[in-house]
Amino acid sequence: MAKSIDVSDVNIYYGDFLAVQGVNMTIRAGAVTAFIGPSGCGKSTFLRSLNRMHEVIPGARVEGKIVVDGQDLYDAGVDPVAVRRQVGMVFQRPNPFPTMSIYDNVLAGLKLNAGKLKKSEADAVVEKSLRGANLWNEVKDRLNKPGMGLSGGQQQRLCIARAIAVEPQVLLMDEPCSALDPISTSAIEDLIHELKDEFTIVIVTHNMQQAARVSDDTGFFNLKATGEPGHLVEFNPTKKMFANPDDPATEAYISGRFG
Amino acid sequence: MTATVEEIQERAHTPLVMPRLPRVAPAIVGGIALALALLLVVLGMGVVGSAVVGVIAYLVALPLWSLFIEGRRGATDRMMTGLIWATFFVAVVPLVSLLWRVVSKGAGRIDGTFLSYSFFKTQIDQPVGIYHAIIGTLLITLGAAVISVPVGVMAAIYLVEYGKKNKLAKAITFLVDVMTGIPSIVAGLFAFALFTLLFGPAYVSGIGGSVALSLLMIPIVVRATEEMLMLVPDDLREASYALGTPKWKTIVRIVLPTALGGILTGITLAISRVIGETAPLLLIASATDRTNMNLFDGAMTTLPVLIYGQNVRGDAPAEAIAWGAAFILIIIVVVLNLLARIVGKIFAPKKG
Repeated sequence: MAKSIDVSDVNIYYGDFLAVQGVNMTIRAGAVTAFIGPSGCGKSTFLRSLNRMHEVIPGARVEGKIVVDGQDLYDAGVDPVAVRRQVGMVFQRPNPFPTMSIYDNVLAGLKLNAGKLKKSEADAVVEKSLRGANLWNEVKDRLNKPGMGLSGGQQQRLCIARAIAVEPQVLLMDEPCSALDPISTSAIEDLIHELKDEFTIVIVTHNMQQAARVSDDTGFFNLKATGEPGHLVEFNPTKKMFANPDDPATEAYISGRFG
Repeated sequence: MTATVEEIQERAHTPLVMPRLPRVAPAIVGGIALALALLLVVLGMGVVGSAVVGVIAYLVALPLWSLFIEGRRGATDRMMTGLIWATFFVAVVPLVSLLWRVVSKGAGRIDGTFLSYSFFKTQIDQPVGIYHAIIGTLLITLGAAVISVPVGVMAAIYLVEYGKKNKLAKAITFLVDVMTGIPSIVAGLFAFALFTLLFGPAYVSGIGGSVALSLLMIPIVVRATEEMLMLVPDDLREASYALGTPKWKTIVRIVLPTALGGILTGITLAISRVIGETAPLLLIASATDRTNMNLFDGAMTTLPVLIYGQNVRGDAPAEAIAWGAAFILIIIVVVLNLLARIVGKIFAPKKG
C-alpha cells in the first residue's frame, strides 16, 4: 500500500511571504526519507504541504504539483480531508486526545470517520496498531485509562498507533523525537525501521545522526540568505549524502562547519 | 569594565543572611492595632471608623519597623501583604454579612407548606407559600437557557473556529461586548415591545421573560465559551485533521468535549447572573398569585419579583416571606453551581 510521491516546482507561501521555493524531488515508496536543515528553512512547512495541513493556517497556500499515486494533491477538485486519510501525520509534540482513553485514541481516526465498528473488529485494530507502534505490551492492561497518563515517549508511540490505525499510504513525521529522551527515541527509530515495509515514511529531524540511522534518502534544506525563502539544496541517498555530498553547503552543514 | 582582584574578592563576600523581624512581628503589630481600634470604640468613635484607623495603623507601623531592620524590600513586601489582606477582607465582609443575614432571617420561614402552597387561597385559612414563584423562576430561567445556550455556544464556535478574526467576527465580538453592558430593564423593554408587536397590547407570558433574560445571558455564554475554545490547543485540532477528520467533526468530537467543563461553568455563571433579575420580568411576565405551569400563556411570578412585591407591602408576614424567598433563591443558585462543578469534573480531561 506504500506509494511514492513526486514533487515538482513547489512554492509554499504564508500570505504574501514565500517560505519555500522551487522544490523538486521524488520520495520513494516503502523507504524512509529524512529532511534535515537549519531551523526556519522550511522543512516542516514542506512536510505539512504533503498532506495539505499547511493550508490550515489562514492565508497559507501552495503552488506546484505534488503527485501521489498518479493524483495531484493540489488539483482543484481534491478534498483535503480525503488526502489526509491517505497521508497520515505524527507531530513534534505528542498530542493524544485528552478526553479519550488509550483505546479510544487509537480508534479515533476510524470512529470519527467510519462510524460504528464491531467490538471484535475494533479490538483487533487496536491490538494491531498498538503492536505496530511497539506499545501493546506496555498498555494492554490499561487500555481504558486516559491517554494523557502515559509518559512522553509512550504518548508519542500512541500517536503513531493512532496514525497507522487508519492505514494511510504515507506517514509524515515532524521531528517526532525532539521532545523525547534517548531511550524513547531509540524505540521510535526501531519502529520507523519496522514500519517502512508498509508505509512510505517522511521524517523531519534536527538530529543528523538520526537521519543517518533511520533514512534511506535525505533532503537538505537551507535558506539562501536571511529573509530569503528556503529551498532544497540537495536530495540524495543517505549514504552518499553523509559520505560524499554533491554540494559544499551540505558538507559544511553535516560536518558542523555551518554558520 | 576591568575590576581589580580586590574588588572581585570583596564582591565574593556578599552576606546571604539578612536581619529579619521575628516571626510573630505581624501578630504583635496586629494586636497593638486591634487594641488601638478597641480603645477608639470605647472612647466613642464609630466601629467602622475605628477599624479603618486600626488597619491604617497596622499598615504604617509594620512596614516602618521592617524598614529599620529588614530594609526597603522587606518593608515593601510587608506593606503589600497587609494591603492585599485588607482589601480581601473588604471584599469578603459584605458577602459574608449578606449571606448570614439571608440565612438567619430566611431559613426559619422554610417549611413544607411554604414550599408547596402558592399565594392563591381557596379557603380563608389556607396557608401561603412561594411554590408558584419557585416554579416560575425555574421555568422562565430554563426557557432563557434553552434559547441562549445554543445561540451562545454556536456563536462562540463561529468566532473561534470559523471567524478567525475576519471583519464579521470582529463586528460580532464588538456587539457581544456591547450586549454585556445592556441594562436589564432595556432587555425587558425589548421583549415587551417585541411581544406587543407580535401579539397585541397587554400580552404577558413567561416566555417573554425568557426572551428578555436570554438577551442578558447570550453575551456571557458567548464570552465564556469563546475563552474555553481558545484554550483548546491547536495541536489537537491538527491531530484530528491529520487523521482525515472533517472540520465540523473535529469541532463536535474533539474541541467541544475538551472544553466542555469550562463551557458548563460559563453557562452556570450566566444562569446565576439572570436568575435574580427583577425589572425585565415585572414588565413582560408580570406577577400572579396562582401557580402557572404554562410558559406560553398568562402571567408568571418569579422569586425576585415576589421578593420585590412582598417588600413593597412591607408588613411583618410579607417581610418574612420575602426573606424566605431570598433564601430559596440563593439555595437554587448554589445547587446549580454545585451541579455544574460535578458535571464539569465528570467531563474534564483526565490524567493518569
